[in-house]
Amino acid sequence: MSDSPVAMNQIAVRGESKPHHVPSDLPFFLGMGVIGAVYLTLIIAMLVADAAFTSPGHLLAALDSPEIRYAIRLSLISCTLTTILSLWVAVPIGYLMSRHQFPGKLLVDAILDIPIVLPPLVIGLSLLILFQSSIGQWIESYVQITYAIPSVILAQFMVACAFAVRTMRVTFDQISPRQQRVALTLGCNSGQAFWLVVLPEARRGMLTAATLAWARSLGEFGPILIFSGATRMKTEVLPTTVFLELSVGNIEAAVAVSLIMVAAAVVVLVIARVFGLQRPTV
Amino acid sequence: MIEVRDLTIRCGQFSLEGVSFEVEAGEYATLMGKTGSGKTTLIEAICGLRPILSGCILLNGRDVTRLKPAQREVGYVPQDGALFSTMTVRQHLGFALMIRKRKKGEMERRVAELAELLGLAHLLERLPAGLSGGESQRVALGRALSASPGVLCLDEPLSALDETTREEMYTLLKIARDETGVTALHITHSQHESDRLADRVLRLNEGRVTSVPPADPRSIADLPASDRPESMAYQAKETP
Repeated sequence: MSDSPVAMNQIAVRGESKPHHVPSDLPFFLGMGVIGAVYLTLIIAMLVADAAFTSPGHLLAALDSPEIRYAIRLSLISCTLTTILSLWVAVPIGYLMSRHQFPGKLLVDAILDIPIVLPPLVIGLSLLILFQSSIGQWIESYVQITYAIPSVILAQFMVACAFAVRTMRVTFDQISPRQQRVALTLGCNSGQAFWLVVLPEARRGMLTAATLAWARSLGEFGPILIFSGATRMKTEVLPTTVFLELSVGNIEAAVAVSLIMVAAAVVVLVIARVFGLQRPTV
Repeated sequence: MIEVRDLTIRCGQFSLEGVSFEVEAGEYATLMGKTGSGKTTLIEAICGLRPILSGCILLNGRDVTRLKPAQREVGYVPQDGALFSTMTVRQHLGFALMIRKRKKGEMERRVAELAELLGLAHLLERLPAGLSGGESQRVALGRALSASPGVLCLDEPLSALDETTREEMYTLLKIARDETGVTALHITHSQHESDRLADRVLRLNEGRVTSVPPADPRSIADLPASDRPESMAYQAKETP
């Protein structure tokens, strides 16, 4: 027991002291809320401005144009093919980078980031130069790539895949390796453990990677302009249409096409969110 | 039977050197020791999930040192159960048999048998997200036992459970051992858990394993009826 006069005095002093004043949380949340709201308002204002600028007539006119219909079709097909290719490449790379150590891993990691940090125009130019080299020319002797539809898909793939690889790596990082290890003790080889246990666990990450790759491909413009050209009814995708319409001063058509792209991106985003959030527990 | 002879494992700065111990066939051994003493490393080496530098591991007389985890016939129950989030309880219980390409009828019989033994019959269509902690561990145990392994390795399987559920699991683990005759190695920090379950207590201290007799060995027959969970199948079997 420490009920000495000194200890008692200290307690008494503490008891008599002024209650600790806790400042309000309001400025903290207000500050964060205001910053967030400004950005959110900007996003919505942009879309509202687009919608206000155009009219159903402009949209219908855009949809009626054979060139724009071709661009919509090519965009949808090329983005879907790019997404499939990106996932096909991103899943094994993401898995290996996440779960395995090997010599030169840091270098490989840095190389995988190059398409993300390079200016898009440089990617287009680099692809163009690559297909002017002897190896590129040899490939071109069998399949025409440059200034043809395959070049659109390749240009989209170069950037979209890098984002898909990042997403898949983070996905595999977040999946505990324990399930896979248990599967190995239950009789699986590494391949069976991957296909039966790891990949189903990674399905949401795959959906996110696919969404990201698709959206990224839809907006790809710089590399396509340089590597594929902007030939109507041939290598014209939706961003190319916006560029071509703007260059001839047809701003109404450019905005109408932009809104079509916004609508396509929103549909993909909503589908991904709806399927991604489903979590049946029975 | 588990025989570990002169086992050396290195993992970064951590190492276990010259570890040897035995667990007799059908025995239930608990492995105790301080945090970071290498208990999990040791159990992972037995399962084939951790490379070893030297020494050998024999399971039921078979040298498995160089075998893949899939070839060792070891059931493994990790700490958090590590259930497969996309599979139902039924798929968990049938997983090892599905990998072994057993016939559908055989799989269904085994799943039903395990579900009855572990009180999981009403949960067969559930996903792990819909299971409680105790139910998850029962599924993890059933999944590990489904291919009838000779050895069962459990890494703190009860540490996240409440006291009542843990009591149920003690009973269940004893029943599983008695019904299957499996040799078990169970990591725990709890002396009480060890007292309740162990035929043999192994202590890992500074890289050496010593075997000490259990404080209060009790077989399932000694357990009072009140200790036995209602859902367990053995009740029907023991009724004259």
